[in-house]
Amino acid sequence: MKSKKRKLYLLEILGIVLGLIWLSPFYLMIVNSFKTKREIFTDTLKLPDVFTFDNYVQAFEELDFIRTFFNSVLITVLGVAVIILFSSMAAYALNRRKGKVSGLVFFLFIAAMLIPFQSVMIPLVSLFGKMELLNRFGIIFMYLGFGSSLSIFLYHGSLQGISKSLDEAATIDGANRWQIFWHIIFPMLKPISVTVAILNIIWIWNDYLLPSLVINQEGMHTIPLKMFFFFGQYTKQWHLALAGLTLAIIPVILVYFFMQKHIIKGIAEGSVK
Amino acid sequence: MRNRNLWYWLFLAPTLVALGVVIIVPLIFGTYYSFTDWNGIKITEFVGLENYQKLLEDKEFMDSLWFTVKFSVVSIFLINFFGLSLALLVTQKLKTNNILRTIFFMPNLIGGLILGFIWQFIFMKVFASIGDLTGIAAFKGWLSTDTTGFWALVILMSWQMAGYIMIIYISYLESVPQELLEAAEIDGASSFQRFMNVTFPLVAPAFTVSLFLTLSNTFKLYDQNLSLTGGGPYNSTQMVAMEIFKTAFSENNYAYGQAKAIIFFLIVAAISLTQVYINKKREVEM
Repeated sequence: MKSKKRKLYLLEILGIVLGLIWLSPFYLMIVNSFKTKREIFTDTLKLPDVFTFDNYVQAFEELDFIRTFFNSVLITVLGVAVIILFSSMAAYALNRRKGKVSGLVFFLFIAAMLIPFQSVMIPLVSLFGKMELLNRFGIIFMYLGFGSSLSIFLYHGSLQGISKSLDEAATIDGANRWQIFWHIIFPMLKPISVTVAILNIIWIWNDYLLPSLVINQEGMHTIPLKMFFFFGQYTKQWHLALAGLTLAIIPVILVYFFMQKHIIKGIAEGSVK
Repeated sequence: MRNRNLWYWLFLAPTLVALGVVIIVPLIFGTYYSFTDWNGIKITEFVGLENYQKLLEDKEFMDSLWFTVKFSVVSIFLINFFGLSLALLVTQKLKTNNILRTIFFMPNLIGGLILGFIWQFIFMKVFASIGDLTGIAAFKGWLSTDTTGFWALVILMSWQMAGYIMIIYISYLESVPQELLEAAEIDGASSFQRFMNVTFPLVAPAFTVSLFLTLSNTFKLYDQNLSLTGGGPYNSTQMVAMEIFKTAFSENNYAYGQAKAIIFFLIVAAISLTQVYINKKREVEM
């Protein structure tokens, strides 16, 4: 029994060492973001002589951080909202009316998951350009197109567990489909809605390529997009770049801190299925 | 009767229209464009297979494809090795279980573009400092050769994705009945034997899921490639996704870029269909 305890003790130490290794890039980023340009040049490993916040002040301004942050929030919230709204409705229709048509439509959504973004990217941008939809409205519509497949799949799975007799009882009481869905079914889908929301928030919040093609205009830049230009502009000026990178990940770490249980559960559910 | 169908189509319409306009129509147009001389605006002639023939002799494209394959194979192996090891570690009765899971998973919440920039700093500046401190020359000049660029990308992706794959292995490992393991222990099985004969067969499905998840993530990699190495030095670390982007949008070779995109689609689809096939086959066996 004693050797077992010792083994656990050693594993505990191994875990802590690995954890520190995993965190080290973040540690190095943060420590160096408080240094002057000259100090980074001489040594990146030691702690700063004097902690300076100047880098942050400048990075905050150059990134136009508040506006950039809210641009990201706007796109993410709207994108995820339309995905949740319309995917759950579609999954409900497909699940409640089984038949050849539903089978075919469901297959179409699933098959679309096989198509990598790069293989439709060029005609997509050209098509939306012609329709004058290379703007925020256009990108939200695109997120619906790219995000609905997985979301419909997840909702469809959950709906299997919600009995049709609920629908039938409500129909007898005189409710129509719209009322049945929003008042009875959708509230019951809450757990899977949380998963769908988490998966899509992570994806849209961090997405770089699509915004770079669709909303690449001053004033509309999201965090990843702004970061790309900021980094290009301050290459070799690591003190500013690192402060900017730290600013960019603070919101994510804060959310993670409060919602980690949900997030990890959501990821497990979303990828195993 | 018409009224009964109406709700069905109304509920489906928004997503079906989005899917059509965003994916299906561009894919059909794109396939057609790849057989023409489309310049992003108009088409003057149908060129048949010309773009595809050109692509076979395009060294830059073939190099990027080969680099992508090499990168994917090495990464898949390492990501799954680390992912499974971490999962086995944090499913022991450790006090630090939860905090360690949180830490290992953390990189996945941050965008690939930002992670690539952070690691660019690590490889260029921190490695140089380590080189100064220890006098080991191998730490100098990372990202400036194709070999170190390759390994830098592999390290970044292993660090990022191991925690993701860990979560998948954990969910399978935790479904292994504790009684089975205890019974095996009472029968005198060593911890290695218990792993090989009890745990391993039960988590086997996790391998298929994880392998293909890492494959599809590494094969389609773009953001990390762009921010860590930018494809350099001299395009030697350029992956397919980046090559397609460059052909179309930097060199304005729209039809040709689209032909590459179609080949890319065919490869990815073939990989995914293999996965579906293997999954189906296993389900039948079970």
